[in-house]
Amino acid sequence: MTDHHHPGLNLGHTDRSTHAAAEEMIFGFWIFLMSDMVLFALLFATYAAMSVHGVAGGPAPADLFELKSALYQTLLLLTSSFTFGMASLALKYRKDTGRLLFWMGVTFLLGAGFLVLEARDWVKMVTEHNAPPQRSGFLSIYYLLTGTHFAHVSAGMIWMAVMAVQLAVFGNDGPVKLRLMRLALFWHMLDVVWIGIFTFVILLGVAP
Amino acid sequence: MNWLGILEWHDIVFLRAWQHPSSSELVAAGAGGIVVLGALAALLLITAKHWWRPLWRDWLTSLDHKKIGIMYIVLATVMLARGIIEANVMRLQQLLAVDAPGYLSHEHFAQLFSTHGTIMIFFVAMPLLTGIINFVMPLQIGARDVSFPLLNAVSLALTAAGAALLMVSLVIGKFSTGGWSGYPSFTEKPFSPGAGVDYWIWALTPASIGSTLTGLNFAVTIYKQRAPGMDLFRMPLFCWVSLCTSILMIFAMAPLTLATLMLALDRYAGFHFFTNAAGGDVMNYANLFWLFGHPEVYILILPAFGIWSEVFSTFSGKTLYGYTSLVYATMAIAVLSFTVWLHHFFTMGQSADVNAAFGMATMLIGVPTGVKVYDWLLTMVFGRIRFRVPMLYANYFLLTFVLGGVTGVLLANPGVDFSVHNSLFLVAHFHNMLIPGTLFAMFAGFHFWFPKAMGFRLHEGLGQLAFWLLAPGFLLAFFPLYALGLMGGMRRMAVWSDPSFTPWLAAAMLGAMLILAGLCVLALQLVVSIRQREALAVPVGDPWDGRSLEWAGPAPPFEWNFPVPPEVRSRDAFNDMKRDGRAHSAPERYHDIVMPKNSAVAPLLGLGAAICGFAVTWHIWWLTIASLLGLMAVTVARSFVTNVEKTIPADEVERMHRAWLDRASATPAIPRRLEATTDNRGKAEVPGT
Amino acid sequence: MSAPAGAEPSGFLWAAGPVAEMQRAHFFQIVGWMAVVVVPLFLALPVILWRYRAGAGDTYRPEWQFNRLAEWAIWGIPILVVAVLGVTLWRYTHALDPYAPLGPDPLEVQLVLTQDDFVFLYPGQDVALVDRLLIPAGRGLRLRMTSDSVMQSVIIPRLGGQVYAMAGMVTELNLQADAPGLYQGRNTQYSGRGFPGHVFTAEAVAPDSFDARLAELTEGAPALDPGAYDRLLSFGDHGPRAYAGLAPDFFERVVEKYAGPLHAMEKASE
Repeated sequence: MTDHHHPGLNLGHTDRSTHAAAEEMIFGFWIFLMSDMVLFALLFATYAAMSVHGVAGGPAPADLFELKSALYQTLLLLTSSFTFGMASLALKYRKDTGRLLFWMGVTFLLGAGFLVLEARDWVKMVTEHNAPPQRSGFLSIYYLLTGTHFAHVSAGMIWMAVMAVQLAVFGNDGPVKLRLMRLALFWHMLDVVWIGIFTFVILLGVAP
Repeated sequence: MNWLGILEWHDIVFLRAWQHPSSSELVAAGAGGIVVLGALAALLLITAKHWWRPLWRDWLTSLDHKKIGIMYIVLATVMLARGIIEANVMRLQQLLAVDAPGYLSHEHFAQLFSTHGTIMIFFVAMPLLTGIINFVMPLQIGARDVSFPLLNAVSLALTAAGAALLMVSLVIGKFSTGGWSGYPSFTEKPFSPGAGVDYWIWALTPASIGSTLTGLNFAVTIYKQRAPGMDLFRMPLFCWVSLCTSILMIFAMAPLTLATLMLALDRYAGFHFFTNAAGGDVMNYANLFWLFGHPEVYILILPAFGIWSEVFSTFSGKTLYGYTSLVYATMAIAVLSFTVWLHHFFTMGQSADVNAAFGMATMLIGVPTGVKVYDWLLTMVFGRIRFRVPMLYANYFLLTFVLGGVTGVLLANPGVDFSVHNSLFLVAHFHNMLIPGTLFAMFAGFHFWFPKAMGFRLHEGLGQLAFWLLAPGFLLAFFPLYALGLMGGMRRMAVWSDPSFTPWLAAAMLGAMLILAGLCVLALQLVVSIRQREALAVPVGDPWDGRSLEWAGPAPPFEWNFPVPPEVRSRDAFNDMKRDGRAHSAPERYHDIVMPKNSAVAPLLGLGAAICGFAVTWHIWWLTIASLLGLMAVTVARSFVTNVEKTIPADEVERMHRAWLDRASATPAIPRRLEATTDNRGKAEVPGT
Repeated sequence: MSAPAGAEPSGFLWAAGPVAEMQRAHFFQIVGWMAVVVVPLFLALPVILWRYRAGAGDTYRPEWQFNRLAEWAIWGIPILVVAVLGVTLWRYTHALDPYAPLGPDPLEVQLVLTQDDFVFLYPGQDVALVDRLLIPAGRGLRLRMTSDSVMQSVIIPRLGGQVYAMAGMVTELNLQADAPGLYQGRNTQYSGRGFPGHVFTAEAVAPDSFDARLAELTEGAPALDPGAYDRLLSFGDHGPRAYAGLAPDFFERVVEKYAGPLHAMEKASE
């Protein structure tokens, strides 16, 4: 049996016995992520159509988006992906859970910061620009696209909290380790999706 | 605050009929009564027979792919009965309503065609094929179970939750009148203000999520769980179609989930995805819905192609002709199915270039499909054809399906489609594909694999009688609709004004009644077969001289399918084992087998999803939040359960397996001419041994 | 409910105009080509079932699974048929493009669909007909349409069709009647309770009597002012009626009601 047995971060020598189960489980999770990506792809496609045709005399992308806030959100989320990477390394190389929990905690806080900034943007759009989702088709899809991503990040954070409890209860044994690896994949995917949102929604939106 | 949301007493169908006793409301109350009485009768029966504990322990909480598959089929059968009765109710209305009002209100008629379509696609065809794949595919690839047994149970529970909501809609409130495709802007709040469209949305949502998860589960199973030696190109064709179907499910369900979510946001929160005003666009819905809808057509038909392949080969006593062609044709169909969705709306005003491109892509699908038809025909050449029930359906399918193919090619041409779009010609076409194609394939598969699942064959004579009712029934019910469509008869008409339609509608009514009669005979066949189960028993497990691995073990199969993973050396693996004398033999060593323990998670999640769907439909927000929290709590709690597996000791496996082997060697092998007699105990005579 | 335009069959096989005639020709052409694939199956199946039935004692070759010649035929013939049909599809689809005008000088009529009525506007004459379409026989009709309600689909089976009408968008259907007569038209997309009766009568008259007939139909008719239009929008089928005098941009205003002034034309052109 080789060490490179399944996609994602390999468990290496630490956990040879669960390789077979891990391979199948992680493969299945990749497929789940793929179907999730189909959902986001459709949201992006709908956004591409409605951000042009669905403005309906209301505010257009260029009137609304703030590069600065979006940049902070991007930095928070990208950093959180890095810190989750550190958590994964701690999972792979250390038996104790202290460092792992520390990096997960940092990731959680960065994620929370992202959610707060994103929610603040929405509040600002509604209160200052009178741009709630009910105003136009463009705003409907904008809120649904960012909202779906927001919901995913929230789900990831709940997952993270549950995993912290599981680490405390079970330690980082087989199933917990596998769950953390899937959470890592999930979290990195959200980063990829956000980069899509930042590029195609925010940057293209404010581009002259 | 209103604790019952927008639900009011007069939403209950019986009170409605009491207050406004029209024939239409009385029919609705009758349907509601059947649901309530049926549920009560089931509860009483289970209580009286003390079946609660076995029902919970052996079925609802079971993670066994075979039991989950059977439960899918039971669910589909209940819904099929409703769908066919609804079809008859509609046929009668259309027959009576030529220059007359008929006995149903227009709105009631619209609810019927909406539920009929929704049920037949999502709660009959989908669970039937999911159930059959669930039962057969792991056995065929020599696996012990699917990759994710709990997820499998959850998928079933979610589908059942959607079906439950549909049944509730017969008693409380009214269903959508927007058809199975739910096109806005008609389904938007201003035009469909009641709870009906919301029922439709929340019945579909859990079912489509369940199908996505099923697709994922099956695909991983086929990639990762094949027995040693079972290369992809040694898989039975049914496994190939299962794989292609699964991949379609993974990709194609998301657009539906998204389209219904957007429609829900429009209706509940005033968003503007598909509204007339404020930048909403119905064309977005058409694109999203058919991005799902067209691959869905192939999700429905590909498993049928797999069943036909098994049936033609087995009952011709011959290997499949053109296996490789069939595999590539299947893959070609799966890929092409994503490139043709626009043919559902040639009439939306896009350019001739776009229409022509999509029309040609659509016709292209005719090529691999035609190849398949001729591959099946050639499979019978040089064979020894036995006309068991599945084979009757299979040959009927060949004849009728190609006619449906002709009308399909006609519809693929925008120039023709402009005239027959939305007409009964279209209705006839898709029933022509889905009844002889999908439904009859499921019936054939049911007769074919029932003995494997239950341990006894279905009564052959009654099965043939059902076929001889269903076969002319379909022709009578739907070929007149082709004619009516060409005469300008449109779909979804509650009343007619053209008296020349009457004879055609009468023929169609007769056909629908024959189909209903066929269904009744199938029910009777089940009862008779259960009563005669001793005589019809096939414990050795190979009643049809089968060719693939599902026939290698006893009927019904062991919970753990195979004592050790079977070794596969070629296609038609079990057929070769029989020829080589490797069939019915003990492994060198028996091992402990680890199986998943039962779990209450799936039924709890299903219950939560059904309650949540009902609560959202009726705007009962406290219950919505409570059920969502409940769903989350169950999911999180499950992740803390560590004791999820049980071990079946090697001794136990050996004892059970050897008992079956002893029985097999004591059972006489029978030649094929005795196949349909009670001499058939499930052991086939192998020529030349 | 409006009365039907006679009890005779109204499908495109009973074509009464160049569009439906071409559709009919196209229809039978496809059926003919498909016979190439279908007829051999119908001939071969009974023969095979009889010859190779169990007990017949004909050649039994359980391992036979491939024949090069058969393989070429079963892939090649469908590919050839589809190739031929593909060419005809391309030609007919362009010839039958509902946006392609018929003749050099088609009559332009605008159509607004409410949930239960068809409102035909004759912009040149400033008159409107409800549930009745008057056209000159032998001259093309350019029907530009929109919906002031749910999405609907317009067809006159014996002349041709159909195309969707959607709120905030303009779609187009070009038709022609060869001879004077009454032809039933309808909406084919389920639109609510009144759907079965959502029909109109297309009346084709000789070109030289068109103006007189239109004047006759609209003589003394009231104006289609906002009040009258609101009554048409109210629920229920209002039956054939006529209006004389309507705002010149009536149609555009219905479109702009949903699309906003900027996007109406842009969307329609897609």
